[in-house]
Amino acid sequence: MSPLVITRGRVIDPAQEIDRVADVWIEDGRIARIDDGAAAAGPNVRRIDAAGKIVCPGLIDLHVELREPGREEDETIATGTAAALAGGFATVVCHPNTEPPIDTQAQVEFLQHQAARADNCHVYVVACVSKGREGKELAEIGQLVEGGAVAFGDGDAPVWNAELMRRAYQYCSMFDKPIFDHPEARELTTGGVMHDGAVSMVLGLAGMPAAAEDVMTSRDICLAEATGGRLHLVVSTAGSVELVRRAKRRGVRVTCAVCAHHVALTDESLRSFDANYKTNPPLRSAEDVAACVAGLADDTIDAICSQHAPHAAEKKLQELDRAPFGIAGLETALPLAITHLVAKGHLDWPRLVAKFTSSPARILGVPAGTLRVGAQADVTIIDPDVEWTIDVNRFKSKSRNTPFHGLPVRGRTETVIVGGQVKYSRTAKPVA
Amino acid sequence: MSIQLQPEVQPVQQTQVQPLWTRKHLLGLEDLSADEINRILDDAERFRLQTQDGRKLSVLSGTTTANLFFENSTRTRTSFSLAARRLGGDVIDFSASTSSVSKGETIIDTAKTIEAMHAHAIVVRHHTPGTPHLLSQNLRCSVINAGDGPHEHPTQGLLDIFTIRQHRQKVAGLTVALVGDIAHSRTARSNIWGLKKLGAHVIVCGPATLVSKKWETLGVEVSYSLDEILPRCDVLNLLRIQFERQQTRPFPSVREYVHLYAMNMARLRRAKDDILIMAPGPINRGVELTPDVADGPHSVILDQVTNGLYIRMAVLHLCIGAGKRGEA
Repeated sequence: MSPLVITRGRVIDPAQEIDRVADVWIEDGRIARIDDGAAAAGPNVRRIDAAGKIVCPGLIDLHVELREPGREEDETIATGTAAALAGGFATVVCHPNTEPPIDTQAQVEFLQHQAARADNCHVYVVACVSKGREGKELAEIGQLVEGGAVAFGDGDAPVWNAELMRRAYQYCSMFDKPIFDHPEARELTTGGVMHDGAVSMVLGLAGMPAAAEDVMTSRDICLAEATGGRLHLVVSTAGSVELVRRAKRRGVRVTCAVCAHHVALTDESLRSFDANYKTNPPLRSAEDVAACVAGLADDTIDAICSQHAPHAAEKKLQELDRAPFGIAGLETALPLAITHLVAKGHLDWPRLVAKFTSSPARILGVPAGTLRVGAQADVTIIDPDVEWTIDVNRFKSKSRNTPFHGLPVRGRTETVIVGGQVKYSRTAKPVA
Repeated sequence: MSIQLQPEVQPVQQTQVQPLWTRKHLLGLEDLSADEINRILDDAERFRLQTQDGRKLSVLSGTTTANLFFENSTRTRTSFSLAARRLGGDVIDFSASTSSVSKGETIIDTAKTIEAMHAHAIVVRHHTPGTPHLLSQNLRCSVINAGDGPHEHPTQGLLDIFTIRQHRQKVAGLTVALVGDIAHSRTARSNIWGLKKLGAHVIVCGPATLVSKKWETLGVEVSYSLDEILPRCDVLNLLRIQFERQQTRPFPSVREYVHLYAMNMARLRRAKDDILIMAPGPINRGVELTPDVADGPHSVILDQVTNGLYIRMAVLHLCIGAGKRGEA
């Protein structure tokens, strides 16, 4: 295939500390060079003009739920990865809350097979840490690693048994794989549908206190510290951000991410009683949102994820306690992050790009998230300034459960290149 | 013992100019203005004077009101039915156990089916907060909230306030204590919004596990001691302990609750001479209040039930009758 050059874009690669206008050359599916554009392109070179755009490594989403196998009415690997591309992601990490859960090597390989068939973006698998996600016995972690699992966790089920968590840290350390836990002390959230606070009090809705997250974050950190294991969490509270901040100072091997919707919304949204705002962790208070933003700014929070949780329309259009938790976030995470973090001055562009590329790649230990010469050519091109309105009818995801329909945002994915191939282009194909 | 009998009920002086009513739904009192609340109270007073002798009116003739109840209810459902019939409207009844909901139909489909039978209003009770709001966004007919979990029960709040106004001729300046399970009480929330808007001082009182300090941020006084607040109260509204809604038991024993919060004759002697004792019902005799207090001269518990009829007449008339067009 002829070489591809992305010209005149602002190239940002946090892994190499690059932030300058340059041309990015792709040959044979790999990054060939980054130069200043002086050399004229030959006639056989395909060209994408990225003037005024940001050219960065293909984005990585550490937390998506693709629903296959078992709940294909919500999403499949094919539709979920198409949504990922439209959202700017070249790599997604899928979690095992499927039916059945991903707790055998054959199932991990099935997911990779489906991802290859879909041929959209890279899919990495978080496999179950416990058999059947029941939190009782360790899954066959060694074989799951051989199947390709990059991390272990029980999806949206917290590892409630502290002894199992301790054993899991010890066992996973043989393979240097992190545990992705969902920090929630379920005894404190029984029946809860939203953050516990003044808003839940007024609405009469059962609350999920911030302390339920903090208690579990604290336990997980203590056990990581005791065992030397690696922990990764999605956090949403001021308390958990502070716990992670202190743990990192002590050298505990802990990383964390925040969901894009947790920096965009507060629990006030639930006043609408719209189940599209029902998510877990729940939308928190304004103080928690400010703490998450501060945590991103001082790198306590390593990454931003979508926590894509698609649900078919009929499941969300129910009474609030019956409707499932979750937001279909793949196609809104990047513009929300740009709108709420970059446009408001909390993060500059290289910092934001790092949260979506080099940091998640480091957490996963996978060869992605950089434009280093020789790396596989995963590239995302972003129009940083365009103002547009989120339209759920244009979603590639099979599901439409988003509270952001009709919301004006800034910044949009223009092009996604995966392994040197243009997999998504919002407008036109590259000119020959 | 100085118990002052309740004075003869007087007609309340009505607001001179009736504010325009533009709402299709009644979902809660949080959204209503003081003018809108007064409009309902004034209309209810008018319906009381017109129908207390048993007379029927025809202002709702040609309308159908559908009761859609997902929780057990005797008084509220009967009250809405009777209110609609007294005004000449038709009533249909659905309950979750006998309808298609038990066959797996979604609530929106059930409600749309009822609407397709030309219902003008759906009166809904549901254990989940926001369910009436969900229906109001998906139906064309009026939706009236008859209780959504612990969130709101607007007609109960209105009838409580109507009863206070009836006996005191005013609401502003009175001190009203809501006692008991505030956390799980829709009656408490609707009372708080309505009473605050009309200028009353509201106290919420009960064990700390059922009474959040956060109510103070909304201008409500929070107390854990009934004995401390009792001498200041003009009205006590004694809420039922909702054991069925509690995830874990919020106090050590019923015996201890009775010891700290039950209204009994000993406590009544330390209250104001003209204190009003209210309870939204159903009451647990011997828990929130003793039988001698429930049946005593300060109690207006049965007036509340009667007044519920007039409030529901007013609400139905405003939302689906001539009232919605601004006609008298």
